[in-house]
Amino acid sequence: MSSRPRIAAGPALGSPPGHGSVNVADLPLEHVNARQPFVSGFVGTAREIWDYRELLEQLVRKELKVRYKDSVLGFFWTLLRPLLQLVVYTVAIGLFLGSGRAIPEFGVYLFTGLLAWTLFTDIIGGCTGSIVGNAGLVKKVYFPRELFPLSVVGAALVNFGLQLSVLLAAYAVTWDWPRPRNLVLVPLALVALVLFAVALGLVLAATNVYLRDVTYLVEVGLLLWFWMTPIVYDWTKVHQQLVVSHPLGWLFRLYLANPMANVVLSFQRALWPGGLTARGAPFYYSGDLYLRLAVLIAVCCGLVWLAQRIFARAQGNFAQEL
Amino acid sequence: MDTVVEVVGVSKRFTIRKDKSLKERLVNFRRSARHAEDFWALRDISFDVAAGSTVGLIGPNGSGKSTLLKIIGGILSPNSGHVRRRGRLAALLELGAGFHGDLTGRENVYLNASILGLSRTQTQMYFEEIVAFSGIEPFIDTQVKFYSSGMYVRLAFAVAVHVDPEILLIDEVLAVGDEPFQRRCMDRIKQFQRDGRTIIFVTHGLDQIRQLCDRVIMLEQGTMMADGTPVEAIRMFRDKYHEEAGLQPAVGDRRLEIRDVTVTDGAGTPTPRFAPGDPFGVEFDVWARQPTEDWAAGIAITDSVDLTVYGTNTHIERVDLPPVSGRHRVRYRFESIPMVEGQYYVTVAVHPRVGPEYHRRDRVVTFKVLSDAGSSGVVHMTPSLDVLDLGAPTE
Repeated sequence: MSSRPRIAAGPALGSPPGHGSVNVADLPLEHVNARQPFVSGFVGTAREIWDYRELLEQLVRKELKVRYKDSVLGFFWTLLRPLLQLVVYTVAIGLFLGSGRAIPEFGVYLFTGLLAWTLFTDIIGGCTGSIVGNAGLVKKVYFPRELFPLSVVGAALVNFGLQLSVLLAAYAVTWDWPRPRNLVLVPLALVALVLFAVALGLVLAATNVYLRDVTYLVEVGLLLWFWMTPIVYDWTKVHQQLVVSHPLGWLFRLYLANPMANVVLSFQRALWPGGLTARGAPFYYSGDLYLRLAVLIAVCCGLVWLAQRIFARAQGNFAQEL
Repeated sequence: MDTVVEVVGVSKRFTIRKDKSLKERLVNFRRSARHAEDFWALRDISFDVAAGSTVGLIGPNGSGKSTLLKIIGGILSPNSGHVRRRGRLAALLELGAGFHGDLTGRENVYLNASILGLSRTQTQMYFEEIVAFSGIEPFIDTQVKFYSSGMYVRLAFAVAVHVDPEILLIDEVLAVGDEPFQRRCMDRIKQFQRDGRTIIFVTHGLDQIRQLCDRVIMLEQGTMMADGTPVEAIRMFRDKYHEEAGLQPAVGDRRLEIRDVTVTDGAGTPTPRFAPGDPFGVEFDVWARQPTEDWAAGIAITDSVDLTVYGTNTHIERVDLPPVSGRHRVRYRFESIPMVEGQYYVTVAVHPRVGPEYHRRDRVVTFKVLSDAGSSGVVHMTPSLDVLDLGAPTE
C-alpha cells in the first residue's frame, strides 16, 4: 500500500525547505497503487485516510467557504432552505390537510424529521457529484479519492450543527424541552445515518464517474425516498393503512426496514417534546428503537466496508474516465 | 546508488468509448463492444531511477510521457507491471490544480500545500517564504479568480517548490512567469538537485534537458526508444522528428522564384554535416518570371527552436544587384560555421528593397553541426584554460 511517510520522514521541522539534504536510503521502497486484497484492503485505506486527516479538514473548510462565497446572506442560506420547507409543510400539511390539529407542536415535529433528511440529502447529493466535480484534482494529484466524498460529509455535518440551532431556538420560544433520557437516541441515529449515507455516497460517487445519469437518478430517487419516510406525515397513518385496514404486515415491516425511517423516528422520539403529552404519545414509534438502531449500525458498518471496496476497485480508472 | 523509483514492465491501455450516459449505452448496446477501441498508451516500460538523478522524458505529443508520469505519481494505475518508490513525492502535473477561484490566495496556499502533502504547521512556517517567492504579497488576500494568469502560476509554483519532496515530478510547467521568475524557478530546481533529490520531468524544451538532466528517456507511441545521456538522446530526437517536421512550404507572389537551394561546403559541394569551424555556403537559383530591377536576396539560419542564429541580405549589406531576367545563381560563402552542435535550418528569400517578398522559402533545407564538445548555447568557441596559483591570501 502507498501510505505516505509521515512528517518524521521529511527533513526535521524548522529547517527551511530545500536546504537540508535528503537521505532516502532508509525509507522503504513501497508499491505505488498496489492492488489490495478485496477483503482486507479496507484497513490500509482507512489508515491512509487517517494520515491525510489534515487535508480532509482543509477540504471540508473549502467546501464550506466556497458554498456561500460572495453571497450577502452567506450561511443564512443554510438555514433558509429548511425553514422555508418548514413553513410550506406546516401550512400545506399541518393547516390545509389538518395534520397540525392531530399532532401537537407540529412545527417541531416537522423540523426534527427535516433535520435528519436534510443531512441525508446533503451527503448523498454532494457525494454523487464529488468525484466528477473535482475532476481537475483527481486527474492531477494523488491522495485517497475517498477524501472527496468524506469532505462532503464533513461539510454537511457542519450545516447540520447550524440547523440544530434553529431547533434550539424553537425550544426556547415554546419553552418545551425534550426529555434528556431520550437524547441518547440522537447520537445513535446520527451514527447510523452517517454510516448509511457514506456507504451509499461512496458507491454513487464511483458510479457517477462511469455513468453520468446517476446524478439525475439520485434526484428522482431522493424525492421518492422523502415520501417513503415518515417526515411530513406520521407513522401511525402507514400502520393504519397497511396493518389495520389491510392484512399487509410484511409491507409495513418492509416500510420500517428503510434506514431513514428508523433515523427519523428516533429523531422524533428524542427531539420532539410533543409526544410527551397524552395527545401526542401515539405518534412516538412504539417499537424498540435502540435495538433497531443497533442492528442498523451493525449492518451499515458492513455496508461501508463493502462500499469502500467497490470504490477502491473503481477508483483506479477515475483519472482516465473523467 | 539507491533506487528511488522502480518501474517494472508497466503497460497502460486506454479504452476509447464515446457513449457516456445510460441512454447512449442502451442505444448502442450491440455496437458498443465493437466500438470500444483499445489504445496502448504505454507498453512494457521498465527502468530504475537512482537517488539524486534528474531524468528527462522526451518524445512527441501522445507518446505516453504524461501517462508515465501519472502512473509514477499514483494518479493512474497500470494495467500490468508495477511501480515502487521511496519517500515523499510531489507531482507538478499542472500548476494550481488544487486552486479554487473563489478562495483567496492565502486560503489557496493552505489548501494546495496540504494537497501536496504539507501539514498545517509546516505551511504556517513556510508561508512567508512562499509569498515572498511568488512576489505577490499585495494580492495574497484577494480571491484568485481575480489574479492574472502570471500571478496564479507564480503562487502555484511557489507552493509547489516549498513542499520539500524526495521525488519531484514535473510536467511541462517550467515555462511560466516572466524572465526573472523563471530564473528563480530554475535556481530552485538546481537547489533541489544539489540536495540530492530526484526529479523526473517531461519537457519539449531541449535546452532544459541539456541544462538539467543527467539522463534522458525517449518515448514513442508508448515504447522506450532511447535511454541514455542527454546528448545522445537529444541527437536521436532531433534526427527523428525535426527534419521532416521543420521543413515549410513557400510564400510570396513568385515574380522571382527561388529554386534548388543547397547547403555546401563553401566550395560548391553539397554537404549535410559540419563540424564547428568548417567552411560553409548556401546557394540557390533565382528564376525571374519578369525582368526585375529592384531586388535583393537574403538568407537566414535558424535553430531547432526557431531562434534566428544568423541572417543577412544584399540590401542591408548594400550590395546592388544587377537587374535579373532569366536564371541566376546566388552563392553565399562563409569561411567558417562557428556554431554549437545542433540541427539548423536555412530560410531563403528574394524581395524588393522595400515591400513584400517576391518569394520566400522558410526552413527549406536543413543541416547539422556535430561536435564532441559538450558546450551549450549558440556560438561555438574554443577556450584555453589556465588556473593560476596565487599563493595564500594576504590581508
